[in-house]
Amino acid sequence: MLLPATLEEAVTALDKESTEPANEQKTRILAGGQDLLPELKDHLAEPETVVNVKGVAELGTDVRRSGDGFEIGALATIAALARNADVPAVLSEAAASIASPQVRTLATVAGNLCQRPRCWYYRSEHTVCLKKGGDECFAYAGLNKYNAILGGGPSYIVHPSDLAPALVALDAEVVTDRRTIAIGDFFTLPSESDPTRENVLGPDEIIREVAFTVAPGWRSVYVKFKERESFDFALSAVALALRLDGDEIAEARLVLGGVAPTPWRCRSTEELLRGRKIDDALAHEAGEDALGGAEPLEFNGYKIPLTKALIAKALRKLS
Amino acid sequence: MRVLELEVNGDQVEVGAPDHWTLLEVLRYRLGLYGSKQGCDKGDCGACTVLLDGEPVIACLTLAALCEGRRITTIEGLAPAHVRAGGRGPDPVQDAFDRCGALQCGFCQPGMMLSAWALLADNPTPTRGEINAALSGNLCRCTGYTQIVEAVELAIAEATGATPARPHWAKHESTPPKPASVDGREASR
Ligand SMILES: Cc1cc2nc3c(=O)[nH]c(=O)nc-3n(C[C@@H](O)[C@@H](O)[C@H](O)COP(=O)(O)OP(=O)(O)OC[C@H]3O[C@@H](n4cnc5c(N)ncnc54)[C@H](O)[C@@H]3O)c2cc1C
Ligand code: FES
Ligand code: FES
Repeated sequence: MLLPATLEEAVTALDKESTEPANEQKTRILAGGQDLLPELKDHLAEPETVVNVKGVAELGTDVRRSGDGFEIGALATIAALARNADVPAVLSEAAASIASPQVRTLATVAGNLCQRPRCWYYRSEHTVCLKKGGDECFAYAGLNKYNAILGGGPSYIVHPSDLAPALVALDAEVVTDRRTIAIGDFFTLPSESDPTRENVLGPDEIIREVAFTVAPGWRSVYVKFKERESFDFALSAVALALRLDGDEIAEARLVLGGVAPTPWRCRSTEELLRGRKIDDALAHEAGEDALGGAEPLEFNGYKIPLTKALIAKALRKLS
Repeated sequence: MRVLELEVNGDQVEVGAPDHWTLLEVLRYRLGLYGSKQGCDKGDCGACTVLLDGEPVIACLTLAALCEGRRITTIEGLAPAHVRAGGRGPDPVQDAFDRCGALQCGFCQPGMMLSAWALLADNPTPTRGEINAALSGNLCRCTGYTQIVEAVELAIAEATGATPARPHWAKHESTPPKPASVDGREASR
């Protein structure tokens, strides 16, 4: 394990030539370890070198106001974000919905965005699925209760992060050691590029911070449905941000979590919401539109009515 | 191997441990502090909960090397800290759990009490909803949680001087009996 003190040292320590499937990379970044440790324990990742970034000076731990927005350091904890009363509600609510209080104490924002899928075929030591460089997604014809209904193929994972849909709803940017990436371009569908990865980061690229602006008049909410009350990943989740003009929606950003391999932005539904008043009819139409393209697998059809209901609930909460 | 300098329950300790060891492994297999339990070993059950700078963490998912220079509190540290602070007998949270019968097999208890302790240090008068949320990362397979929540409420009531709520099982008494003595000494406080 290496403990670099600067971003440059950390980047240099990472293997930039890596062409292996993501989980077989020989060097891995460790932040809070709340996802990497489970991966190591289950032998999903067996890196030769772990680069522990806790001492990297350039990686902030603060949730900071800057100008008309916020800058959140890569090492800011989920606990700090959950407690923050200044950030938009969608973000603090998403943070508070993550895991248990104990996990939130150490879990970081960058680690949350880069966590690996929870699909049990990926998490099983005994399968080499598409996500691990194999040639089949076993969820497709297997036990797929928790898998994707939108954007699936050739892999049907759902992106597990709760912060991801919230940050897409805030139109955030991900700042790395070398570039700034609009969050809408950060996550990748398995059909678009290397199916063993969930985002565009290079093997030696490190997230420095996440930033977004907050324009006046926007309101937002995060609604997450989990299988058990205590703590769990989302079966489905809705991140909704609206700018209201009187009681009409002037602008909307609607993003689904837990249903697709990336946070799933519903652009046509956003158009449909524009200029309308929030009522039951609109909530119904929005749900029909957002889930119109859904293609459920054998055991996950329940996610369609569930997600429609969550969209209606999110709209009602902001009305 | 790496030499780690840790502060555990108020003591400075130096331990040699492999790079990949978790805090739980160091506590149990280097320091002999077996109070922190290993249940699932993957963050799901909370039996390994300890406090890091006063905040609850999952010791089985906490790399020991992340803890250098930080304050670690395990269940073994609660009573001595209470006595150092001028109290008598067990820590009030432990005492309340004991008197409410908030345990059966006891496996979840160290983690459960540390989560409760961290909650009360941060928020001395939480609502029942806040208690449930604070304990949501600690699984108990035996009690059904009712007595656990009542124990936390008893600790709150006694700390604030309020009359404790009637526990669900008490037909004749309004508070769980307080033992006359603990280890031959007067009961705490
Ligand atoms: C019991 C349990 C329940 C959970 N429930 C939820 C939940 O409900 N919702 C949810 O969203 N998550 C959940 N999680 C996942 C949780 O691990 C993440 O939310 C957490 O934020 C990961 O952050 P970390 O700092 O611990 O990441 P680490 O484990 O340190 O890293 C995770 C990944 O990110 C990479 N990484 C870390 N930092 C950087 C960086 N600066 N730049 C580039 N790459 C980086 C690492 O290489 C690694 O691949 C849960 C985890 C557990 C154990
Ligand atoms: S043993 Fe650590 S959470 Fe279960
Ligand atoms: S008392 Fe047995 S698990 Fe809680």
